[in-house]
Amino acid sequence: MEYALAVLLGLVAGVLAGLFGVGGGILFVPTLTFVLGLEQLHAQATSLLAILPTVVVGTWRQRRYGNVRSRAALVLGVAGVAGVLAGGQLAETLPEHALRRLFGILMLAVAAQIVWRSLRPQRVAP
Amino acid sequence: MRLIAIGVAAGFFGALFGVGGGIVMVPLLIIAVGFSQRPAMATSLAAIGLIALEGVIFYAAYGDLKPVEAAVVGVPAAFGAIAGTALQQRLANRTLSLGFACLLAAVGVKLLL
Repeated sequence: MEYALAVLLGLVAGVLAGLFGVGGGILFVPTLTFVLGLEQLHAQATSLLAILPTVVVGTWRQRRYGNVRSRAALVLGVAGVAGVLAGGQLAETLPEHALRRLFGILMLAVAAQIVWRSLRPQRVAP
Repeated sequence: MRLIAIGVAAGFFGALFGVGGGIVMVPLLIIAVGFSQRPAMATSLAAIGLIALEGVIFYAAYGDLKPVEAAVVGVPAAFGAIAGTALQQRLANRTLSLGFACLLAAVGVKLLL
């Protein structure tokens, strides 16, 4: 039953992510903790794996429109290794409740970003 | 040089929170590098693929990954995203955006309490 709900929420998360131009991760992590009962750290690690199918499909579609700057994406991604190591180490050392609170703050920041984007005079589609 | 700094910041956010890092990458690509909205989002998406993969390898080494749960939410989401992107032109409006922001804020507050 939990799995059926998680499949449904995964589908909804994908639709919302596509609709509002946010990543799926912001919705995957709460789904994994609240519905499937994962710990915050495991949910965050698992979310990164869950993001991949959406990102691969999305990138493939965007490449057809010629929007992807491949060289810039490669530089960003390769430089990301250093950040991943630091951020991952920090997540491994922080206690569960601290990670949950930090993620709560991130959700509020994303909410604020969406409000800011939607209130700007000219709406720019992603 | 700026791209490297943005990549490091996105990787840090991505691994720390289990998200792609688009929340830092898209605004920075627009403001600091001068990308317009569409290329910024598309390029960020491609970079997120690499960053998520790096994060997956990192957490796999610690044994924190749950592949079954990842597939349960991740595979339906890929199909949902296709629908969401298609609906975007017709459906996305201010009321809906504010509703979605409220939902995120509510979960965020719940996590803080």
